[in-house]
Amino acid sequence: MSHHTLSVLVENRPGVLTRCAGLFARRGFNIDSLAVGTTQDPSRSRITIRIDCEQHSVDQVIKQLYKLVDVLKVHELDATAVELELLMIKVASSPDRRPEIISLAEVFEAKVVDVGPEAVTFSCVAGPDRLQALEQLLEPYGIKELVRTGRIALDRDGELGKRRRMRVVA
Amino acid sequence: MTGAEAVIRSLEAEGVTDVFGLPGGAILPLYDAWAACEHTIRHYLVRHEQGAGHMAQGYARATGKVGVAIATSGPGATNLVTPIADAYLDSTPIVCITGQVPTHLIGTDAFQEADIQGITMPVVKHSWLVDRAEDIPRIVKEAFHIARSGRPGPVLIDIPKDLQLAEITYVPSKQVDIPGYKPSRHGHPKQVITAAEAILAAERPVFYVGGGTVSADVDPGDLIRIAEAVQMPVVTTLMAKGAFPDSHPLCIGLPGMHGSKAANWALNRADLLIACGSRFDDRVTGKLDTFAPGAKVIHMDVDPAEIDKNRTAQIPIVGSLELVVPKLGEALQSRMNGGPPKAAAWLSEVQGWKQQHPFRYRNSEPLKPEYVIERLRDMTADREVIWTTGVGQHQMWAAQYLTIDRPRNWLTSGGLGTMGFGVPAAIGAKVGRPDATVINIDGDGCFQMTMQELATAKMYGIGAIHVVINNGWLGMVRQWQELFHGERYSETLFDANLPDYVKLAEAFGLPGFRCETLEDVDAAIAAALQCGTACVIDARVDHEEKVYPMVPAGGSSAEMIDVEWAEDDNAWVEEGV
Ligand SMILES: Cc1ncc(C[n+]2csc(CCOP(=O)(O)OP(=O)(O)O)c2C)c(N)n1
Ligand SMILES: [Mg+2]
Repeated sequence: MSHHTLSVLVENRPGVLTRCAGLFARRGFNIDSLAVGTTQDPSRSRITIRIDCEQHSVDQVIKQLYKLVDVLKVHELDATAVELELLMIKVASSPDRRPEIISLAEVFEAKVVDVGPEAVTFSCVAGPDRLQALEQLLEPYGIKELVRTGRIALDRDGELGKRRRMRVVA
Repeated sequence: MTGAEAVIRSLEAEGVTDVFGLPGGAILPLYDAWAACEHTIRHYLVRHEQGAGHMAQGYARATGKVGVAIATSGPGATNLVTPIADAYLDSTPIVCITGQVPTHLIGTDAFQEADIQGITMPVVKHSWLVDRAEDIPRIVKEAFHIARSGRPGPVLIDIPKDLQLAEITYVPSKQVDIPGYKPSRHGHPKQVITAAEAILAAERPVFYVGGGTVSADVDPGDLIRIAEAVQMPVVTTLMAKGAFPDSHPLCIGLPGMHGSKAANWALNRADLLIACGSRFDDRVTGKLDTFAPGAKVIHMDVDPAEIDKNRTAQIPIVGSLELVVPKLGEALQSRMNGGPPKAAAWLSEVQGWKQQHPFRYRNSEPLKPEYVIERLRDMTADREVIWTTGVGQHQMWAAQYLTIDRPRNWLTSGGLGTMGFGVPAAIGAKVGRPDATVINIDGDGCFQMTMQELATAKMYGIGAIHVVINNGWLGMVRQWQELFHGERYSETLFDANLPDYVKLAEAFGLPGFRCETLEDVDAAIAAALQCGTACVIDARVDHEEKVYPMVPAGGSSAEMIDVEWAEDDNAWVEEGV
């Protein structure tokens, strides 16, 4: 078993997310993370799905996705792809510990988005490893709330990306 | 015109002549338009929407056209779920049109509201919830296109009541353009050549023909040319019975759980499987990792997702079979060197198995179901017959003992195994092909699930013959209980509480005939063939008879259990295919 990230270009229509997500559930795939949003063309959306499974199963799920009429293009992204996720995290903090926590978070390029009497909230856009590191670092202070968008990803342009695209399953 | 009339015009534009359905509140405007406006589509009023769905399936599978079923919202729509799932697993092109509660009530748990699009999502090829009445012509056009092209399947159009009533300008939809739907047509030419070369090089090839060949209307002549070119044995799956003539000497018939030993042994000893519109279903393969262990696989299918799904294919060819198969035939012909076929020794070995291990039963009293089926076969040998079945022992005996030489003459629920399929499927088939004799070989359990459609048959004079192989049991389940569950017959006996199927037929205004002994059988069949209307034969048969041979579920298909039989006992009847 290994992680796989699929980028699925779909028609932006009601029910299309249900169709895709339902397909994963029905064929026994567990979704790690899923993010969806429109693309530069408002009639199309891109769904980024991360799953844990064998390569053989990924090939099968890609073919099954293609059978959905609203699915336009599916490809599997590899390690060269740019992957990002937005994390928002509310950390317990009395006023006197604020500077310490904020400077820690800045190392990770996290931004302060809210400050209250008992907590500071940060946002951070980064790859999965960095977000995890940030989370671990803030853990000891007490995490009150945390939310992640799920990963989104795009192939790289240029040589690396091209090589990658040749493996796109058609 | 209204959205409702637009539905009718769009159906006409698709060439629809027959639909099956039953009205209700949310589909009332469509039915109102049906009565109010002029058109040429015949509507058959069913007694249960499941019947409408299976009729549409029987119609589609017998004719190759798209079947249409109509139902109201809520319970009407949910009654269609079984036929939709059946059509999905057996790749049958049907369009289901359902009424939905008015748009402004959707999501409010309104009276007879059911999210039928959500409920059926895992078992449709595609579906639409109409949200603008102007879209109706386009959606109907797309629905028919998607249902019938590529790997066929069921589609659903859910139309809220207010949109059926809405006034629109009807603009016929001329062309379909669905960016995300482009089924592959032509197989890769290089792959076809590679496949031809592999077939010529094989020592033990087996042609493994599946239901996809029927869906694609592959010319049996093209399959025969390929098989004859290299003289290789052919197995036809339950869905493909008739796709390659049963009576052709190269046909060794049904593989799988209740297939012949010859078919299963051939698959298992093969060095090359030429899978054509077949999908390595578990009822064929048994335990997958022991199936055909020494075989390379050529897999031809229109659905890329079937390739490598259950069994890895060394030579996949994705494309429409009606195009791929003739190309493979040509590629083979052009490479033949005129010498004797390499697989000649293999063929005689397989044919030897076929001769030594035919399907057989002991023809004695009480009346044997196999005998009834054989008499039906023999007494209709000079007719064009479409056979339908229910699901259970009778279905397997029908598959074993009938001889079917043409595609679309055998309609059975293969993938979903839906009890109750037989009666409505026979009605749909007869509507689609009124000149054919239609015979439903049904189980008594199955018959009781959809027999109310006899009223539909009576009402429209749809003269299919329904033969109830009446063993008083849920026989197939009984067989499993006897063989694998220590003879604990849990809830499978109907016993003395059997309906009188002859009287039942009469109650519907149809003739009924009974046979209980060997001597009765011919008279009952003759009367049924003669009566010219729908009718019922109640064949009271031995309830202890079992279907053999058998691969126990999850077992290796090379090892079949079988009944003991004595060579010198001449009460045994043997059948080749
Ligand atoms: C709708 C449905 N319910 C249950 C089953 C499970 N099942 C498979 S065969 C069978 C028995 C069928 O009995 P009958 O129609 O009398 O046929 P027989 O096996 O006796 O020939 C049952 C219950 C099924 N296939 N379909
Ligand atoms: Mg029975």
